[in-house]
Amino acid sequence: MISLYHYLTLGAVLFSIAMAGFFLNRKNVIVLLMCVEMMLLAVNMNFVAFSRYLDDMAGQVFVFFILTVAAAEAAIGLAILVVLFRNRASINVEDMDSMKG
Amino acid sequence: MEMTFSTPDMWPVLPEIFLLGMACIILIADLFFDESRRIWTHWLTLGALAGTAWLLGGQMGDPAVTTFGGMYVADTMARVLKLVAVAATAVVLIYSQDYLKSREIYQGEYYVLMLTALLGIMVMISGSNFVSLYLGLELQSLSIYALVALRRNDGVASEAGMKYFVLGAFASGLLLYGMSLLYGMSGTLDIAELARWTASADLNAGLVMALGFVVAGLAFKLGAVPFHMWIPDVYDGAPTAVTVFIGSAPKLASFALFMRLLVDGMQDLHDAWQPLLAGLALLSMGIGAIVAIAQSSLKRMLAYSTISHVGFLLLGILAGTEQGYQAAMYYAITYVIMATAGFGMILLLARAGFEADRIDDFAGLNRRSPWFALMMLFVMFGMAGVPPFVGFYAKFAVIWAALDAGYLWLAVAAVIFSVVSAYYYLRVVKVMYFDEPAGELLRLQAAADARTVMSVNAGLILLLGVFPGTLMSLCVAAIG
Repeated sequence: MISLYHYLTLGAVLFSIAMAGFFLNRKNVIVLLMCVEMMLLAVNMNFVAFSRYLDDMAGQVFVFFILTVAAAEAAIGLAILVVLFRNRASINVEDMDSMKG
Repeated sequence: MEMTFSTPDMWPVLPEIFLLGMACIILIADLFFDESRRIWTHWLTLGALAGTAWLLGGQMGDPAVTTFGGMYVADTMARVLKLVAVAATAVVLIYSQDYLKSREIYQGEYYVLMLTALLGIMVMISGSNFVSLYLGLELQSLSIYALVALRRNDGVASEAGMKYFVLGAFASGLLLYGMSLLYGMSGTLDIAELARWTASADLNAGLVMALGFVVAGLAFKLGAVPFHMWIPDVYDGAPTAVTVFIGSAPKLASFALFMRLLVDGMQDLHDAWQPLLAGLALLSMGIGAIVAIAQSSLKRMLAYSTISHVGFLLLGILAGTEQGYQAAMYYAITYVIMATAGFGMILLLARAGFEADRIDDFAGLNRRSPWFALMMLFVMFGMAGVPPFVGFYAKFAVIWAALDAGYLWLAVAAVIFSVVSAYYYLRVVKVMYFDEPAGELLRLQAAADARTVMSVNAGLILLLGVFPGTLMSLCVAAIG
């Protein structure tokens, strides 16, 4: 039987992988965007699991809003990425160091 | 199952509805204006802000109401903060006009994104449910990400936009994860119901973890150390017309977010979040004060000074008393006044091909434009907390609140760091009054309306310092 704890563990694992991706990835900005999405999906997993467990619809409604915001966020993130690539001809995380201090 | 639907009370939300409507109208109308008639967009936007302020002012004395099923609360704190946010946005628009023209970003997008960011700020200030707080936060953040990268041919600005986006999205993720855990434990997304639940909740590991995630997310948005790394790069890389906005109105929204989540929602867990905020406050005041000394760019210096001010603001919140919250609100409002004037001065001095964002660019300002050198002196003395300027009373109030809460060591640290930070503020004053300008003597050539607003803005720093009671009584009425 799959219980609430299994879902929460999966959510926590997904969230941890996403966080690790943020700090370990030194190469590609697109991977960072994927980590952002993964983080939000881990949160959604939590909300849906809790919503089912508590028998309360509010959590699932919040998930719809998070999904919508995630879509808008991805659109803006990719737009900035395109602008960055046009200016720098690179999307390497290590190249993003023109400001110091 | 019977479906019931009753129309929510729209009256308290009227300012937001009006602002949203105007943002849509301006977005469409701007398509029909060419560069020579862009001034119409400018005036339409200012008109939208004036209308919003008028609607807010009309509701000022009303009792606190919640509407939309508890999603939205309009209390005195919300109305005061929103009014200041609207005013700050209008001031930013007036300062920015010449800068936008000379940087080829004099576009309708700038105005529409400013309005949507302000709308997000207003929703955040009035949010009383995880959903409305989150949506307000994202509306504000997404608009500002786009604003930072608005200069499409500027590599530094797009890099700053990317950094802000990635770290901001990361912070939203932390905040949301904390919210999901809180939801699982309390079974509600509503702040008022959360408060009822926390009154009887015992502090277990899960709750501490949830609180940790929420505080980390909030600290990111406010820019407290160790979650501050985006602030210097974003402030430095963004066009100054955007920096002045990021440095002002969103701080009010972040303060409101702290108040709504930690105070309105989890006041009974005060003992658990107080030490977290104490650590953030100490680190922010310290790092902000010390690293700012090493900066040669005025924008970067003011960015680190923001981090230091955030630490002081947290002192008031962590005190956990009504007096502390009032002091923190006072601090947030006065900081916004000083930040708009400080960054605004860079905007006013800038011209085509000259950013005026280095401290050396202010050398000999007294010989060129003595009046504005005096105004900049007001800003610097205000930020340093020199009496009788407003920063002194603001710092005094938050330190007093921390002392009252038994945080003697933190109060002592705050005094020490405020003395340290006085060094770099006074250095700007020294450069303006005693250094020889390096190149040709450039006068401040800003438009008449920007000059007038700047004089009022900087004059307020002195005036509110001499008469601190007026604004303080507003904060007392807002929280209490």
